[in-house]
Amino acid sequence: MANLLKNRETQLAAVIVLMLVLIAFVNPDFIAPSNLLSVYTESSILIILALAQMLVVLTRCIDLSVAANVALTGMVVAMINSQYPELTLPLVIAAGVVLGTLLGMINGLMVWKLGIPAIVVTLGTMSIYRGIVFLISNGEWVNSHEMSLAFINTPRTEIFGVQGFAIISLLIIAAIYIFTEKRPLGREMYAAGNSPTAAFYTGIDVGRTQFWAFTISGMLSGLCGYLWISRYAVAYVDVALGFELQVVAACVIGGVSIMGGIGTVLGCVLGALFLGVINNALPVIGISPFWQMAISGSVIVIAVIANSRAERKVGRIILRKATLARG
Amino acid sequence: MDGIMSQTTQAKATTGVSWTSRFKTWEAFLLLITAAVFVLNTLASPYFLDPWNLSDATFNFTEKAVVALPLALLIICREIDLSVASIIALCSVVMGLLAEAGFSIPLLVLGSLIAGTLCGLLNGVLVTRFDIPSIVVTIGTMSLFRGITYIILGDTALKSYPSGFEYFGQGYVYWVFSFEFVSFLVLAAVFYFLLHRTNFGRRTYAIGNNPTAAFYSGINVARHRLILFCLVGLFCGLASVMLTSRLGSTRPTIALGWELSIITMVVLGGVNILGGSGTISGVVIAVFLMGMVTFGLGLLNVPGIVMSIIIGLMLIAVIAMPILLRRFKQRRS
Amino acid sequence: MHQPTPLLELRGISKTFPGVKALDNVQLSLYPGRVTALIGENGAGKSTLVKTMTGIYQADAGDILFDGCRVHLSSPEDARALGVTAIHQETVLFDELSVTENIFAGHYLKKPKTGALDWKRMHERAREILLDIEAPIDPKTRLKQLSIGQRHMVAIARALSFDARVVILDEPTAALSHHEIEELYEIVERLKAQGCAIMFISHKFDEIFRIADYFTVFRDGQYIGQGGIEEVSEEELVRMMVGRTVDQVFPKSEVDVGAVVLSVKNLSHPTEFDNISFDLRRGEILGFYGLVGAGRTELMQALFGVSKQITGEVRLKGKLLKVSSPAEAISEGIVYVPEERQAQGTILELPIFQNIGLPQLSTINSSGILSTKAEYEVADRYATRLRVKAPTWHEKVENLSGGNQQKVVIAKWLATKPEVIILDEPTKGIDIGSKAAVHEFMSELVQEGLAVIMVSSELPEVMGMSDRIVVMHEGLSVAELNRADFSAEAIVSAATGGGH
Repeated sequence: MANLLKNRETQLAAVIVLMLVLIAFVNPDFIAPSNLLSVYTESSILIILALAQMLVVLTRCIDLSVAANVALTGMVVAMINSQYPELTLPLVIAAGVVLGTLLGMINGLMVWKLGIPAIVVTLGTMSIYRGIVFLISNGEWVNSHEMSLAFINTPRTEIFGVQGFAIISLLIIAAIYIFTEKRPLGREMYAAGNSPTAAFYTGIDVGRTQFWAFTISGMLSGLCGYLWISRYAVAYVDVALGFELQVVAACVIGGVSIMGGIGTVLGCVLGALFLGVINNALPVIGISPFWQMAISGSVIVIAVIANSRAERKVGRIILRKATLARG
Repeated sequence: MDGIMSQTTQAKATTGVSWTSRFKTWEAFLLLITAAVFVLNTLASPYFLDPWNLSDATFNFTEKAVVALPLALLIICREIDLSVASIIALCSVVMGLLAEAGFSIPLLVLGSLIAGTLCGLLNGVLVTRFDIPSIVVTIGTMSLFRGITYIILGDTALKSYPSGFEYFGQGYVYWVFSFEFVSFLVLAAVFYFLLHRTNFGRRTYAIGNNPTAAFYSGINVARHRLILFCLVGLFCGLASVMLTSRLGSTRPTIALGWELSIITMVVLGGVNILGGSGTISGVVIAVFLMGMVTFGLGLLNVPGIVMSIIIGLMLIAVIAMPILLRRFKQRRS
Repeated sequence: MHQPTPLLELRGISKTFPGVKALDNVQLSLYPGRVTALIGENGAGKSTLVKTMTGIYQADAGDILFDGCRVHLSSPEDARALGVTAIHQETVLFDELSVTENIFAGHYLKKPKTGALDWKRMHERAREILLDIEAPIDPKTRLKQLSIGQRHMVAIARALSFDARVVILDEPTAALSHHEIEELYEIVERLKAQGCAIMFISHKFDEIFRIADYFTVFRDGQYIGQGGIEEVSEEELVRMMVGRTVDQVFPKSEVDVGAVVLSVKNLSHPTEFDNISFDLRRGEILGFYGLVGAGRTELMQALFGVSKQITGEVRLKGKLLKVSSPAEAISEGIVYVPEERQAQGTILELPIFQNIGLPQLSTINSSGILSTKAEYEVADRYATRLRVKAPTWHEKVENLSGGNQQKVVIAKWLATKPEVIILDEPTKGIDIGSKAAVHEFMSELVQEGLAVIMVSSELPEVMGMSDRIVVMHEGLSVAELNRADFSAEAIVSAATGGGH
């Protein structure tokens, strides 16, 4: 079974490679290493947010407020930068991360301490956070000329030809991998999602793991708030509108079970890359970007069907012959 | 002895408390708030009490409310449909295309209703056949249906609706009572009957409280849920007729984000988002409450996005409040 | 025998749940290096006590003393910190996680410097513990691939992975094979030698007399008595446990067994059971005995149309049945009272009369419109007949005691006028009075010509009530005995895989 799970990730990787091959028939330039690297760079924010979402989904919750969180923290860092251009960039980013963490904590506290279903909490905070963007900005834009050069260019700095965006996402992937494999809290998220009852019996506070999942989700959303604004060099109310769906889609495609307890960092990253390749390839192979939404929608549906087949509970094997066959 | 016992229990049965009683308090609470908002609105704006103003205000919420009714049943049955707004958009596109091809008004309406039902059917089949949580399925179909409208329309709009079509969204049945509002009232009565007075409604509650036990009691749980998904789709089709008729055009962004306010109406009405409980009267009161809040804020020139803050706050507050009150009571006792 | 001072002592513990007083002022003492057997029928409050001792439930009243000091166990972590560990009756583990992680969840081994999880050491330690209890399971296997017996061994390994001072075993042998049970006895001996205080819950008397030093008896949530195991006889224990003599317990009536109603031939399921054949006659009670996880419940659910992948032949009164849902089974006249009463049997949040009417709503309200009166009359007839105790039939089922909930489930099925009624652990977790009522009722049913299948893990019950017994082991039917040939030894040996 452990192999089968690995298989799911190799299958997904194979699908991505196949897709690249097909795209290469139409436009061979697409699979040039430099272009593939830029596809990865373009997918960085999606990868980070998908990993954050995975932690939340592992604990049987869902965070629909990530995109609104990105918009709000993005607007705040953009406004800080335009008002106080002399403020050093690390401080500005830290402000975004702290704010994002707080927004995530609000979600987490309501789930943990009040026991409100995560979907209700985050549907609510999704519109609250987005509304606050309007309140603080008065509906106005912060444009690139109002931002400092460091603010816009730092994530584009290349190290050995790799952009900051990509480096940051690689670091986050490594951090989340270590977190889920090597830290007690990370394992407790799997345990809590796999069986809340058993988790309680083993002394794991399920609500606490959910709180931390939301907190991390908020923290990474705050980071992405800065990355997003710096990437597109403009901040406005509708930044990342509807992006939460892409994020959830990346998780689902990557084999993260919405019922909790199942999901891997690798699968999640592959899920995000899958969408990243589609998003970047459509214009290249001459398909209108209007197709993007329908494609990611159908991919979600197909992925959940595939997942449900793989997850379908195998019966408890009690027959002697079955036990023997297992060897 | 047994005979006497059973007679007394039966006597109690006719006068006895029904299990819906526990929601009565919630509805009373909602009514109170609604009344308070009504008074506040009257004080805040001299234009509020004008019958035509009130009638105009109903257009803001009746289309959503038409979807909230079947969605309440679906949520009571432990499922959810996040794709409702996208279904409305897709149905609108279907009507727009039929209108361009020159079909008559009844066929436009029929087309929308059929398209909506088919969308609901797709959701239902995916959920029940493949045993996938409805929240994921409908997040997927939400993008899919909306995506199809983008593919068809791009950045264009469909506008060639025949004359007479505007009646569904702009016409009046009698005096200030619009076609939309009257339809909503009639449908509210129909859904009240369906949920509270029929076998179908009873099964809805049974499944929502314990799907396994309902299945073990011989209820066809999958079919029941499939029917409810179709029903939600059908009424999205109807809402789409009203909305398209009122706007007179179809753009891919039509009804964007409506799922949030529709679900808020249902949850605000006392329907448990985890299934098993809720009433139609609660939902109807919640619809009026939200309509009134929106209208009042509109009179005060509060922008739409701020209203979404208030709707989001209301959604969380109404669920958090009973929990906090219960905690508070426990602490005192 | 010299009596040392207790390591763990419970005084005046009470715990109430809605509708039932699970523990009423009970006491219990556990001594280091000694095994205390906690004896009581299902529903006596044993499992509630275990959960109270391990911090899962908090007692409403009473004191828990550890080493003479009063302690407060507000969470499972508190209990673990004191070294109190339990192997629960239903194994609560993580299907998707590895064996190692199941053993160490919540108390992971970490690397001293970084605080990172030390998987290498955990895998090694897990392998050691498993080898120690002679359960050769690869610690990297995912739990969902293991058999029920193996899962139990993992649960035991988990309990042993702590520095335990108090070990609670809640019916540990219910799912274990003969070999595994012997293994368990050795583990208990070893723990004793290490000075652990052990609480052993069981209602198998041979087991209790073999390994216990002391006993404590509970009945209906109350403390009845305690003492040294040598000072007591089996008869005395039974009397304390049941509160009356055993032969009164089972109101087995003499019924003329009629024609075959249900005939099952070569029924198989890909993973749960294989090649099962039996006949069920009118007026007969057919008992199914076996270990927990022997495939009995799965077999019954297959007959009721819950499982779909079955092969083989089922005939009802000669007619070949193809049942693919409970709805179809019910309309054919086969009904099923599930073991999981609250999860599968009733809808707790709905009132009694709505529960009873549920399977035949369309018969009662043929127009599709609810008639509360008609529904209430049907419910009244059957709830009254089953002597359900409730103020009115408008009472929600969740407010009833376990026994009355079970009566509601049976009433629901009788209202459908079935041919065959399958009762899966019909008296599990219900009080003694309701238990007797259910047994009496079974006798009435067969007198009226129904055919009854009863799945039970309680040997006295299955021997007391059945006309014939089918014994299952690991998904196979291993013995079929007529009432004249019933013997506890034969049945238990077949069920635990002896004689193979």
